[in-house]
Amino acid sequence: MPSLGADMEFGTVLEWLVKPGDAVKRGDIVAIVDTSKAEIEVEIFEDGVIGKLLVPVGERVPVGTVLATILPAGTNGAKAAVPTPAAPPTPARAEAPSAPPEPRPPMRAPPPSPMPLRPVHDEHPVRVSPLARRTAEQLGVDLATVAGSGPQGAITRADVEAAAPRPVVRHRQPPRGAQPDRQAAMRDAIAALMARSKREVPHYYLELQIDMTRALAWLHEENLQQSLQERLLPSVLLLSAAAKAVKAMPELNGFWIDGAFRAADRVHLGVAISLRGGGLIAPALHDADRLSLDQLMAGVRDLVQRARIGRLRSSEMSDPTITVTNLGERGVDLVHGVIYPPQVALVGFGAVRERPWAADGMLGVRPIVTATLAADHRASDGHAGGRFLTLIEHRLQRPEEL
Amino acid sequence: MTIAGTSTITYREALRAAIREAMLADARVFLMGEDVGAYGGSFGVSRGLLAEFGPDRIRDTPLSESAFVGAGIGAAMGGMRPIVEVMTVNFCLLALDQIMNNAATITHMSGGQFAVPLVIRMTTGAGRQVAAQHSHSLEGWLAHIPGLKLLAPATLEDARGMLAPALADPNPVLIFEHGSLYNMEGELPDGDVTVDIEHAAIRRAGSDVTLVTYGGTLPAALAAADQLAAGGIDPEVVDLRVLRPLDDATVIASVARTHRAVVIDEGWRSGSLAAEISARIMEQAFYELDAPVARVCSAEVPMPYPEHLEQAALPQPPVVVAEVRRLVGADV
Repeated sequence: MPSLGADMEFGTVLEWLVKPGDAVKRGDIVAIVDTSKAEIEVEIFEDGVIGKLLVPVGERVPVGTVLATILPAGTNGAKAAVPTPAAPPTPARAEAPSAPPEPRPPMRAPPPSPMPLRPVHDEHPVRVSPLARRTAEQLGVDLATVAGSGPQGAITRADVEAAAPRPVVRHRQPPRGAQPDRQAAMRDAIAALMARSKREVPHYYLELQIDMTRALAWLHEENLQQSLQERLLPSVLLLSAAAKAVKAMPELNGFWIDGAFRAADRVHLGVAISLRGGGLIAPALHDADRLSLDQLMAGVRDLVQRARIGRLRSSEMSDPTITVTNLGERGVDLVHGVIYPPQVALVGFGAVRERPWAADGMLGVRPIVTATLAADHRASDGHAGGRFLTLIEHRLQRPEEL
Repeated sequence: MTIAGTSTITYREALRAAIREAMLADARVFLMGEDVGAYGGSFGVSRGLLAEFGPDRIRDTPLSESAFVGAGIGAAMGGMRPIVEVMTVNFCLLALDQIMNNAATITHMSGGQFAVPLVIRMTTGAGRQVAAQHSHSLEGWLAHIPGLKLLAPATLEDARGMLAPALADPNPVLIFEHGSLYNMEGELPDGDVTVDIEHAAIRRAGSDVTLVTYGGTLPAALAAADQLAAGGIDPEVVDLRVLRPLDDATVIASVARTHRAVVIDEGWRSGSLAAEISARIMEQAFYELDAPVARVCSAEVPMPYPEHLEQAALPQPPVVVAEVRRLVGADV
C-alpha cells in the first residue's frame, strides 16, 4: 500500500486491474485504492509479471502492507501464478480411513538442504502470535509475506487475515462511532497534517506585489488567436512562473526528511484544489517547469476534473515537490499558506486587482497580484525566499518566455 | 431515584443486611472480632447489630487474631456457624497458623470426620491512606492454600449475596472486602439476593481484549474499558469473584473469544494471583493468544502513606488503557 501523501495511514483496495500472470510495465495502473481523500490509481514501478494479489478488494490495510507480489519479467505467467491460494490443510486424521496405511519406508536421513538452514537462534526472529500462526495455517498464508503490527512487531491474526488471498469474513461489530465517513476522514487527515506542519515546521513568510500589466496584455493577445476551449487563464501564467522560478532555487524544491533537506531534481508542482463538499487536495503537475502554457492549462483542467470525481494517480498524490495555492480565485488579496510536510515551501497567489501603482516617477492604475511564500526555515533562509519571489516577478515580466 | 422493588444501598449496608439475614435465619450463626460490638466494627459493617442480637451473638474479642480465629475454628467444628471478622488482611497474618494449619487441614487430617464451616471476613486493599500495615492485598498468599475457599465481592449484589452460600459451605470460606468499596452505593433488589460462589462473572461483554480482575480493581478495569471503548477498542471485563478455586472455564472462554488478556490485580506482581491467572491462560489457551498476556499490578513497595504515592503505586485505568493499546498494536 503506497503512501499517497504524508497524511495517509490506511488505504482500501477498491479494484484490482490486473490478475496473477499478467505482464505489467512500469507506469501501468494496477489497482485503484481509496484513501481517506480520494480514489487513487496505483501505478507499478517495475516491469514484470504479477505473482499473487495479497490484499483482496474491500480490505483496508496500513500503508506499507504488501499488496501484491511481482515476478521478474519473462517468468511464465501461468506458472508464476503460484499455487492458487492453498486450500486449508486437511487434518491428517481425516485422511487416514480412506486408504490402507502404506508400509513405512525405512528411515532415511533428510537430503542435504540446498540452502543453509536457518539457525535456531536467529538474530531477528520473526515473531508470530500463536493465534496468528494457527490462522495462517488455516488460510494458507505464507508468514514470510506478512508484516507484523503487534507488540514487538509480532504478526497478529489481523496481519495474517490482511494477507489472506480471500477476504476473511468475521462477524464483528464495527467499533462504536466509527462511521466510514470520507468527509470526516478527510478533515481528520487535513487536521493531522496541518497540525504537524505548524508544530514541526518553522515557517517564514514573504510577500511581493507584482505588476501584471505586461503578462495580462500578452495573454489577451494570445487568447485572441485561440479557440474558446483553448484559451489560457491568468492562473496558468502564475503556475508556470512559479515552476520555472523554483527550478533555479533548489533549496525550496524538495523535502525535509529525517532531519535533513533533500532537494528534488525535478519540479512537480502541487496544485491546491478545493473539493466540492469540502476538503482540499494538492496533486502534482509533473515536470511543470518544462510544460508549455497549453500543456499546463490542459494538465490543470485534467487534474481538477479528476480530483473532483476522486480519481487521481498514486504518483500525483505523493510526488509534489512544492505546492501553489491560488486563493485569488476566491477573491482574497493574499494568502499566507501552511506548508505540506515534507515539502518545504508553499507559494500563494491572491487576486489580480487594479491598484494605484507608482512606476518611473508616475502614478498609474495597474493590475497587481500579491505573491506570497511560506517556506521552511530549516531548509532555506529569507534571502533565498526573497530571491525566489523576485524570480517569479521577472518571469511574469517576460510572459512570452513562459 | 429508586426503582420499584429495589432500594438504594451501600456495599457496607449490603454486607450488614447479609449478616443480619443469616443471624435471623440460623441460631447457630454469630459474629465475633475486634470492635464488632459496641463500636459497630472498624469499618462500620456491624453497626446496630449488638443492640438487635445482644452480646452473646455479637462478640467483641481481645486483640489476638490467633486466639479468636482459633476460637472460631473450634466453634465451627463444634457445630456453630461462626462469622469471624479480621480487621485487615495484614492482621490475619497473626492468625495464619490457625487458618493454614488448622482450618484448612482438619477435614483432610481427620479423614473427613470434622468439617470447619467457618466464615472469615476481612478488609483488604489500599487507597485510603492507612499506610503499609493496613493496606496490602494478600489474597494471593491465602489463595495458595488448598482447603480454603476465597471470595472477593466487588459488587453490591455479591456483598449482599455471598455470605449465605459461604455459611452453607462445609469448608472454611474467606471473604475479602476491599476497603475502597464500603461506600459504593447503588440499587439492589429488596429481599433475598441469590448468587453462586463457584463462578467468575462477565461484568462487561466485549470482543477485543479480556480484562481479568477482582475486588477493588473492578471499578478501575471498568473505567479503563469505557475509555478504550470510546477509542474503538471493545474490552470484555471478567470479575473473578472466587479466588480459590479459580473458575478457569469463564476466563479461558473469554480469552478464546478476544485472543488477548490483561490481568489487573492489586497484589504485587511477583508470585501473585495475576501470575497464576496468566500461567493458566498460557496453559489452556496458548493457541488462542494473539499477544502475550499482560499484567497491571501494584508497585512492588510497601504501600506508601502519602496520597499521591499511594495512588501512583496502585493499578490505575490509564495504565490498563496503555497496556491494552500496546497489545492491540494501537498507538499509545
